Amino acid sequence: MKKIKVALIGTPNVGKSTIYNQLTHHHEHTGNWSGKTVGVSYGECVFQDICYCFYDLPGTYSLNSKSKEEMVATDFIVFEDFDVAVVVCDATNLEKGIKLVLQTKEICKNVLVCVNLIDEAVKKGISIDKELLEKRLDSSVIFTSAKNKKGLTDLLLAIKNSIDHDYLVIDYGLLNPYLDKIIKKIKTKRFNSRFIALKILENNSYYMKKFNEVGIMFKEYPIYIDVHLEVALKIAKKTKEVLDGVVVKECFKSDFLERKIDRFLTSKIWGIPIMLALLFLCFYLTIIGANYPSSFLFSFFASFESPITNFLVSLSFPSFLVSLIVDGIYKTLYWVVSVMLPPMLIFFPMFTFLENLGVLPRIAFNMDRAFSKCKACGKQALTMCMGIGCNAVGVTGARIIDSKRERIIATLTNVFMPCNGKFPSLIAIITIFFVGLNQEYGSLFCAGIITIFLFLGILLTFLVSFILSKTILKGEPSHFTLELPPYRMPKILDTIIYSVKNRALFVLGRAVSVAIPAGIILWVIANTQIQGISILAYLVQFLDPVGFALGLDGVILLALLLGFPANEIVVPIMLMGYLSTNTLIEMDNLEALRNILVSNGWTIKTALCFITLFLYRFPCSTTLLTIYKETKSKFYTVLSVLIPLSIGVILCLVINFV
Amino acid sequence: MRLDQVKLNHFAVIKQVSGKMKRRLYDLGFLPGEMVQCVLVSPFLDPKAYMVRNSLIALRNCDARDIEVQDEED
Repeated sequence: MKKIKVALIGTPNVGKSTIYNQLTHHHEHTGNWSGKTVGVSYGECVFQDICYCFYDLPGTYSLNSKSKEEMVATDFIVFEDFDVAVVVCDATNLEKGIKLVLQTKEICKNVLVCVNLIDEAVKKGISIDKELLEKRLDSSVIFTSAKNKKGLTDLLLAIKNSIDHDYLVIDYGLLNPYLDKIIKKIKTKRFNSRFIALKILENNSYYMKKFNEVGIMFKEYPIYIDVHLEVALKIAKKTKEVLDGVVVKECFKSDFLERKIDRFLTSKIWGIPIMLALLFLCFYLTIIGANYPSSFLFSFFASFESPITNFLVSLSFPSFLVSLIVDGIYKTLYWVVSVMLPPMLIFFPMFTFLENLGVLPRIAFNMDRAFSKCKACGKQALTMCMGIGCNAVGVTGARIIDSKRERIIATLTNVFMPCNGKFPSLIAIITIFFVGLNQEYGSLFCAGIITIFLFLGILLTFLVSFILSKTILKGEPSHFTLELPPYRMPKILDTIIYSVKNRALFVLGRAVSVAIPAGIILWVIANTQIQGISILAYLVQFLDPVGFALGLDGVILLALLLGFPANEIVVPIMLMGYLSTNTLIEMDNLEALRNILVSNGWTIKTALCFITLFLYRFPCSTTLLTIYKETKSKFYTVLSVLIPLSIGVILCLVINFV
Repeated sequence: MRLDQVKLNHFAVIKQVSGKMKRRLYDLGFLPGEMVQCVLVSPFLDPKAYMVRNSLIALRNCDARDIEVQDEED
């Protein structure tokens, strides 16, 4: 089969990932903010006996940028081997995209222009003269609306039929004579020598080194002109020439409404309360929505226990193996699934909806001042939001922060955001000890208390970020530029499908893969007996003194330690310890849970200490692994454990002895 | 006058851009001769968001200080 390699580039927020997803069904997650695509994604699509191989590059404003993430895009365009470059532009703001088209045409011969979000442009009263644009650019232009699956077939056909053109020659004014001089000295067939000459004039050490590596030698060429300014001005000029008469805008109505919403969301009085209220609402809906499906899943899975046992016995499995499989693995597994899945199915779509709508960059905008006071980056607010979903996702998301120092601060403090896996246990304990059972507005209070804990987490994040940037991660804050994209109403169904497929199932998959070994370990320590006492009981005895000092007991401490693979199994392990059973205990009945806890000496103080240490102990194993992968440093990985752990322990000591 | 001093809703024309962030700002459209408008001020008064060439870009005041402008409202 014939293969065509296609590079997808574009400025941030143009729906590039949506096009990629629609074409490849790879379902890369999309979001309405810069830097959503990190690294290069690859996906294939077969259409009319041709295999289209798509490379989705991170969004970039220009091809001579310095930021780490945007460099990925430029490097790919310059040095990788592909057939067609498709530049995705935003029909509602064509100028930004065309700038990138011009730069791409300086580097590649075969460039297609995909004008996306064309529906939205029509709604906003913007019309674009396609033929004129094609003539001016000397490239095919395709109109698409990826969200509504329009124009994608045209895009594939255009890719198939696209042909090489000459490199674009932009008039660089003052630089022209210098460029001509340098071009004569460069011998290359693979690259546009004019582009190389430009990099030499820019004195771009990164590319000079890169070109040296592929065997193109040259000398520095210092001149006394602000090359960057000249280049930027001439590209802007050329862009205006290209677009002159191409775009006609009729009204400015929708912009006006958008500014009004913006004013409200970022107002001095309402900005911060609204953000907290939004989070509160998300928690509240998650709490009331997840209750019923959780207990349903529970009894559903539980009903399979005896059939599985009978089946295994009929295969004449030894009884300890049957117990290991059913009580150890199966039970832990369905426990994790039924406790985790319903809240995630509610929380992630809501969160994705806010994200696609474009609310998250506004939150970063509101919060940046506080972060800059801590010498951190406002984009950390975005990674914190992602951390509420899953800390591992938050840690990966820290890649959107340019400066390494600020990125590590965001990584190390992400654990202060309580992840989704902690919610069910938090809700149970808070309901029992702080709200009271069967209260009329119980879930409302509960969501309120969780929001307060979240607020404390935010304060801790600031405090730790501040201390870190004053001690081991010293330095000035780097610069902060953030585009606030237009609001875009996401498609509800697509949002649900994407978030379930990409986030909920992804997180669940990881939780399940750690729950299996955890179930085995638990079963072994609960069922192996030395002199008639199980290992579990020995461990509890051993931990008791430390537990008491922290306002807890040995069982709680053991549960917190053994819950390292997944936060959702902490409370079940605890119950197992209290009841000296050798399998996990159901938690769906809060009344029963309360009785067990109270009869084991739990008071409000115990509950408070437990919540504190539960929230601030160490990242779960998945997150820790992610931190190590992202920072590639054992030091920071260890630090990411020590910081929250020491804070949690200190807080517990304070609560216990005051 | 510097960009961070431009009042809310006021327009200004960029005269010169300096500082370490110059290239980044050029990429975002902050070029000499361009018209900018201060559109949003965050709850803590910093950063502010500016409309430049049809995009809304948030800048910290310390960075906006690197952009010299001519206020159009005077």
